[in-house]
Amino acid sequence: MIGAHYPVLQVVIPLIAAPLCSLLPKTKLPWLFATAIAWICFAIAIVLLLQVYQYGPLSYEFGSWPAPWGIQYYIDIVGAFVLVIVSAVASIALLASRCLVETDIAPHKHALFYTAFLLCFTGLLGIVATGDAFNVFVFLEISSLSSYALIAMGDNRKALTASYEYLIMGTIGATFILIGIGLLYSQTGTLNMLDLRERMHAIGGFRSVHAAFAFFTVGISLKLALFPLHHWLPNAYAYAPSVVSTFLAATATKVALYLMYRVFYTIFGFEFSFDLLNLGLILLPLSIIAVVISSFTAIFQPGVKRLLAYSSLGQIGYMTLGLSLASKAGLIASIIHLFNHAFIKGGLFMCMACMLTRMKSTRYADLAGAGRTMPWTSAAFVIGGLALIGIPLTSGFISKWYLVLATLEKDWWWLAIIIVFTSLLAVVYVWRVVEQLYFREPHADCAYVKEAPPLLLACTWIMILSTVYFGIDTRFPVTMATAAAEALLQ
Amino acid sequence: MSIFFDLYAYWVSILLMLAGLYIVIDHTNLFKKLIGVNIFQTSVFIFFISMGKVDGGTAPILEEGYRVFSNPLPHVLILTAIVVSIATTAVGLALVVNINQRFKSIDEQEIEKLELEEE
Repeated sequence: MIGAHYPVLQVVIPLIAAPLCSLLPKTKLPWLFATAIAWICFAIAIVLLLQVYQYGPLSYEFGSWPAPWGIQYYIDIVGAFVLVIVSAVASIALLASRCLVETDIAPHKHALFYTAFLLCFTGLLGIVATGDAFNVFVFLEISSLSSYALIAMGDNRKALTASYEYLIMGTIGATFILIGIGLLYSQTGTLNMLDLRERMHAIGGFRSVHAAFAFFTVGISLKLALFPLHHWLPNAYAYAPSVVSTFLAATATKVALYLMYRVFYTIFGFEFSFDLLNLGLILLPLSIIAVVISSFTAIFQPGVKRLLAYSSLGQIGYMTLGLSLASKAGLIASIIHLFNHAFIKGGLFMCMACMLTRMKSTRYADLAGAGRTMPWTSAAFVIGGLALIGIPLTSGFISKWYLVLATLEKDWWWLAIIIVFTSLLAVVYVWRVVEQLYFREPHADCAYVKEAPPLLLACTWIMILSTVYFGIDTRFPVTMATAAAEALLQ
Repeated sequence: MSIFFDLYAYWVSILLMLAGLYIVIDHTNLFKKLIGVNIFQTSVFIFFISMGKVDGGTAPILEEGYRVFSNPLPHVLILTAIVVSIATTAVGLALVVNINQRFKSIDEQEIEKLELEEE
């Protein structure tokens, strides 16, 4: 039965495909191969989600060694949901990448680009699928190392310094997580997450367990780009090749957030994290500052890619804000926004990718009049922008709605007002772009640019239409997020 | 004093960790920063290895007369972590070489100045 091996195939298929991809000739083969692999992973992720939803968590034991001794892959509803998000974004981004890679990257590097992309994809899937704490560190480094290489492939030389800064910060973050794992191992003698949870209950709160908690919090926050550890993110997203910004913005920080759920809920447990150590008290002010400051900063950015990067920081703030409310409703809001934001930001970065193929720049002034020359791309950007603000009938509204409900449940009116106020800031920065697109005359040298290539445009619209679809039919994300929150709080 | 001498391995790794982090924060030379990260990672390796050591313990092989064994698992974990650290250093050095080619400098402040001029 191959069905029993799906949890491991999910990770092993792209892992084996990556080195094979580097051997392929300089044609469009690497692209076809990588895209096919991503779609296979997407199909497996959907099957896994259906199985987990129907029959409960799946566990896979490597080499048939029973759980605490051997390495175990453990996929519950939270993991399966995040696997679907990551693989869906990867398969759409890879499908669209054909013309982007041709313009952005030298021909002899195409195969290597797709190799790095598949490795990054493997790492992200692995973090989610594994049930072993040390495995998480290894997969984290696989995905990080390949994303450093991917970001450095941007054609601006600032991509190199952005990638270097990400490397330094990312390595420190991952090493902090490693210290946390070491401290936990020294106290419990196990690396299996479920086993860790049980033994943590037995030993209670030693000081080294508290230290491990602190190291995990800082390490994951670095990877998550939570304020004030976010400095690496804007440049990395702004100067990376467009397909890489799309993929990383939609998935990398989401997987870090998943890791946060895992560590705080599954390993340490809700009581330890939120009642005993008051994690909410630390996360709440940081999230609020992240949301407010990055929304303000986004308004004053010189280019749209940097604007989107800063807006991502704010949106991550909403997700940790939901988490910091320490309630089931807050956790549900956080997971729903994780899902919705992946498609909103993925779609918006793809709009920028469309414009970059034709205009070679995403600075405001250079986008003037694109509403006339590239009507479809501009329309997609407007819909994506509305979703980012949180206008009804888009998925962004659903996230904000659940988040506001969660704050009202605690009678925190001031927090609901902050959320609405920062959404208004989003109106300002989205409007700055819309104004350039529709109310300015195009430059002479950009007056006759054509619409983006059809395949790229189609993929952009798939992303954008999904934000509209999930804004109207909310059954899928809401059902999944509720089930996920229940599984995490068990 | 016993807290210092009995636990000297931990003190060594704490000192190395702080030294590494200090280098990362303080130096403006990109190459030296990378070495700082390396020292920082090495301190964590020492922490893991010393954690697995049991006083008077032998290698974990069942044999008459030996009853105390050191834990081999941290060594195995660190073998993996060393590989990761080498890969990180390699990628980092490759980036520094490329930065040197495109900016003609590996000093953080000079590069920042060049980047500001560009904008």
